[in-house]
Formats: sequence, structure tokens, C-alpha cells
Amino acid sequence: MSGLIVSGVSHAYGSKRVLEAVSLRLPPGRFCALLGPNGAGKSTLFSLLTRLMTVQAGRIEVAGHDLFDAPRAALAEIGVVFQQSTLDLDLSVIENLRYFAALHGLSGREAARRIDAALDRLAMGERAGERARDLNGGHRRRAEIARALVHGPSVLLLDEPTVGLDAASRAAITAHVHDLAGQGGLTVLWATHLADEVASGDQVAVLHRGRVIADAPAREIAPSGDLAARFLALTAETA
Amino acid sequence: MTDAAAPLATVPRPPVARAYAVAMLWIVRREARRFVGQRGRLIAALVRPLVWLLVFAAGFRAALGLSITPPYQTYVTYEIYIVPGLCGMILLFNGMQSSLGLVHDREMGSMRLLLTSPLPRGWLLLSKLVASTLISILQVYAFLAVAALFGITLPWLGYVAVLPALFAAGLMLGALGLALSSTVRQLENFAGVMNFVIFPMFFMSSALYPLWKMAEASALLRDICAANPFTHAVELIRFALYAEANWSALGWTGLAAAVFLGLALWGYDPARGLVRRGV
Repeated sequence: MSGLIVSGVSHAYGSKRVLEAVSLRLPPGRFCALLGPNGAGKSTLFSLLTRLMTVQAGRIEVAGHDLFDAPRAALAEIGVVFQQSTLDLDLSVIENLRYFAALHGLSGREAARRIDAALDRLAMGERAGERARDLNGGHRRRAEIARALVHGPSVLLLDEPTVGLDAASRAAITAHVHDLAGQGGLTVLWATHLADEVASGDQVAVLHRGRVIADAPAREIAPSGDLAARFLALTAETA
Repeated sequence: MTDAAAPLATVPRPPVARAYAVAMLWIVRREARRFVGQRGRLIAALVRPLVWLLVFAAGFRAALGLSITPPYQTYVTYEIYIVPGLCGMILLFNGMQSSLGLVHDREMGSMRLLLTSPLPRGWLLLSKLVASTLISILQVYAFLAVAALFGITLPWLGYVAVLPALFAAGLMLGALGLALSSTVRQLENFAGVMNFVIFPMFFMSSALYPLWKMAEASALLRDICAANPFTHAVELIRFALYAEANWSALGWTGLAAAVFLGLALWGYDPARGLVRRGV
């Protein structure tokens, strides 16, 4: 299976264990919401998935490439949107994307074609020449998602991408990324603590205190449809 | 938003050598853009050594006697003597300034973006280093041009021959900054580190006074200065400005660059958990 596989990943900062035997399996085209309260270990897991840190125990496979044994091939298949904006505010949107494309070895006509397609996909074509500093929060996020798609990844990781956005921007970005998974074929791991960003057909993994305490379609985890209440109950039960 | 439903096309991967070159080119471009946007940085980079050259050196000209030592074939004025040291000063300050930029990048999150590139981390850091070195060299040439306007000139061939020496010295000092940046968590802590690095390195070197002069005051101090990599960088530049090679200085500068780069790579090793420290 390609997509994203996390097998028995554990991690500790010194004596403090922050992830305990975390396992996830996301087939291609799957949207998985990683739900977890603050301090659950989501950001640590993202740092491991993007190889900002190396895995101490367990295994991560991205599109069939082991992140430890073949990090370059695995990283080439990952698009990532971090919780904190990583746009260079003094560069224009298109320059930010060109810089990113270059970090993946892309330049010239191929890069230009990919950048135009990614910006169009996020309806950011008209803002390509604007400085990132001049964009509002929603447009900055869109620019970051467009950037994450430039190199044609098969796995898209988003760490709380709607933090600080207004309701309309949040809904638009959430819907668009769902489309990228459902019809674009991307494997999406979307970390959040907001249950209303999850659709009933999404896979949901609930991470609490470094452990996955539930991993199933949203409709199975919350048959009543109230995922927020179920999430609170689950994290309260194991507190 | 439009056309989200279209399947995402896979991108043909460019040849490896081309991918490496493209990444380095854009990292250099980005640093150059940033430098152009910070006009004060060029002015500060020029004012500092020019004050030393036109004020300090003029004042100490009579007090500091210099004997004829290679590469000089005759007595030289003190202003001429300290030009290589001031070139080194520009490289040193700029190396530290670039590493300050790296700490800033870490705090702002853009370092994460760089480090999640599929290209080897060593290559990405080397590209950063090359970028900061090229900007340093630009500043050195601007300084030499202004110095020439004030009548402090060097052999014409020296202006060309010094280029590789500046590159080697710039890489070494940039690598030092890179290594330091990997150990510093917050921007505000960096000022202290700079004071503990820049001033001892600069004053305990042959930038302002020759080592034989230092030996008259203290043999130990002279030995410390001789062990200082910055001394070797300055001597490499000094000889190159007279179109002469100082192989020993080149060797020590190269060795120091390799050690500092090794420390930087170790510092940015993902196994060391950089994220926890704010990358």
C-alpha cells in the first residue's frame, strides 16, 4: 500500500515520553483528521513525519518509501503546511513558490507550469505578484497550500492549518483540501482540535497523551454525528 | 477556489546535479534579495571598517612601528597594514550576521521549510553558506573601493587574487556562524554569543598588529593569536592582496572551515531533535 503508514512510532524528550506506539494507515486518496487536544503530541508527530527529527522507535513509510532508509525519496512525496506560517513575507507569492520549487530541484518552464497550476487550484492566480506580507490570513494559508502542491506530492500534511482564520476562510480551505483528497487522489493528514473540520466519511485518529485512542471513520466514532462531544468524552475518559 | 477535483499530476524529477544547482542558485538569490532589502546593512558593513581605517589607523600610525615582513617588500603605512584585517572584519561580522538570520529563520519557521527539502541537509546548509559568503565578498570589494578613493590602494593584481582567499575565509567564518546558530535557541541570546566570538577573534589576531609585535608583550598571547583561525584567514587575505599564496594560512583556514562545517552539520542533524530547540 502506498499513502502513509506510521507503525509503532514512539518518541521521548529525555525521560518524557510524548508518543507511545503510534500507528496509522492512510491509503491513497484518504483524508485523515488527526484530532487531539493541545499537548497530545500532534506537532511532535508532524516533526517526525517531515524528518525535522528522526524516529527513535517505529517506522514511517511515505508513498512506499521508508523515511529512515530513503529520506530523500520520502520527502519528495510530502507536501507540508506547518502550523506557523513559513512564507517569506518580503517575497511575493510567486517568488515564495519559485523558491520552494527550487528546493525540490524544479526550475524553468516546468516549475512555472506547476506554480501556475497550483495557484489556479487555490484561486490565488490573481495574487501571484502580491507580497506575502500584504495578504490576509486566509490568502496566506492558501498560498502555503498551493506551495505544498507545487512538486506534486502524494501525501499532504497540514498541522492545524486553519488556526487564526475566520469562519468563511476556514470552511473554504477545509472543503478544498477534502476535494484534493477525494478527487485529486492525495493522502491528507490534517491535524486539528476542531471537530467541525471533519466530514462524516473522513478517517479520524484521536491522539491523546501520545497514544492513538481511536482510529476509525468519523461516522463510526460518533454515530450520533456529534464528533465534538464524542471527542471530548474520549479524551475525558482517558484523562 | 478552482479545479480542485483535477487529479494531481506527478512531477518528473530533475537530474540530481541540476536539482542541486537550482537549489543553491535560489538560496543565493533569496539571500541576495534579503540583503538588497536591508540597505542599512551595507552601510553598516562599510562604516565599521572605514572608521577603523580612517580614524583608528590614522591615530595609531605614529605609535605602531612596523618592520618589513612578508608579503611587504618595503615599509608600509599602518593603514595599508590593517586593510586585510578589516576585510576579515567584514567577513567575520557578516558571517555572524548571516547566522543571526538563520536563528531568525528558525524563529519565523522558514528554516523548517528549508530542512524538509528532499535535498541533503548538508547541501542546503552549504548553499546558505555560499550565499552569505558571496554577499560578504561584495561588501569587501565595496570597502576596498571606498578605501581606494581615500588613497589606500593595493597592487591591481591583488584585487583579483584576493577573490579566492576571501571566498575561503568567508566560508570558514560563515561555517563558524552556522555552527553557532545551531546551538542558540533564541534570537536575543545571539547578541551575547556574538560578543564572545567576534571581539576575542578579532582582537586576538594579526588583524590590527603583527604577531611578532604581540610576542613583545606576551609569548602566550602570541601563541593564542597564532592558534586563532581568524589570524590565518587574515594572513591568507594579506598575502593574496599582494598576489602571493600563503599555503600554511590556506591549510589552516581550510581545516577550520571543515571543522566548523562538521559542527554545523552535527548541530542541524535531525537525530538531535532540532524542533524541540525551535527549528
